[in-house]
Amino acid sequence: MNRAVLSTSISVGLATGLYGISFGAIGVAAGLDVLSVMLLSLLMFSGASQFAFVGVVAAGGAPVTAITSAWLMGIRNSFYALRLTSVLGPRGLFKVLTAQLTIDESNAVSAAQIEPKDQKFGYWATGIAVFVFWNSATLIGALAGNLIGSVEEFGLDAAAAAAFLGLLWPRLRNQWQLAALGAAVAIITTPLLPSGVPILLAAAVALMPLGGKK
Amino acid sequence: MILTVILASLAVYSWKLLGYLVPERFITERFRGFADRVTVALLAALVAIQGFSTEGQIVIDARLGALAVAAVLLALRAPYILVVLAGALVAAGLRALGL
Repeated sequence: MNRAVLSTSISVGLATGLYGISFGAIGVAAGLDVLSVMLLSLLMFSGASQFAFVGVVAAGGAPVTAITSAWLMGIRNSFYALRLTSVLGPRGLFKVLTAQLTIDESNAVSAAQIEPKDQKFGYWATGIAVFVFWNSATLIGALAGNLIGSVEEFGLDAAAAAAFLGLLWPRLRNQWQLAALGAAVAIITTPLLPSGVPILLAAAVALMPLGGKK
Repeated sequence: MILTVILASLAVYSWKLLGYLVPERFITERFRGFADRVTVALLAALVAIQGFSTEGQIVIDARLGALAVAAVLLALRAPYILVVLAGALVAAGLRALGL
């Protein structure tokens, strides 16, 4: 166990909790009942997919559109899993549990470590911390949803942006060109394409040989 | 709605599991490099979309100030939780000022 990694993991979990509150509140405001909002956090457990799902529901979209948007947003978890297979080496049924905790945060903390055992520990510590804080926070947000008013008023949308920037930061020194291009592709295509697709195009940027090794 | 939620959750989960089911011999060194770069490109795209878009439109608002303060704190090696908290406070503050 590495105390510095554990502290990062708990800190990431707490920070995720901040916008977990915002997710719970947005979910209820979109017209979902508390049980549905909680099932999204427990079963889907992938922030961007959950926000995409709730966004479509709030806009009055069809169930199939909500499912597709969430699904498209989740493709990146497959890439994280491919990276993590060699780090974690899960076997048999254990893969089922390992897969559920495969998200932006657990992969980012793992990828930011140098030692293989820290990479493994960072994955599990962050995955579990985020699961606990994200779900508790969703419940608080969903129950308090009607009292909070708007998510923007409390800057909870900006907290999510800052959280992603914090996860990206350790990789910027060596891979800033790649990051800049990924962000640019997302910004340019967002007004033109359905939600979920710009994220996929940004992933395609990684096919280009930009930046050094981490 | 609960059925829709469960179907969507299974759809998202399928991606997570798929990555662990691909046989190791298919994962070449080159592919590993790609998977590693994908993490960076996707996080950058998530920062951009979460920071500068609202309902499919590009919007520059209080979140820009929040991200700038977050970047300064990260450069000063502030703890992650402080960075996220500052992001929320700066955006809330700027909006309270009517920006």
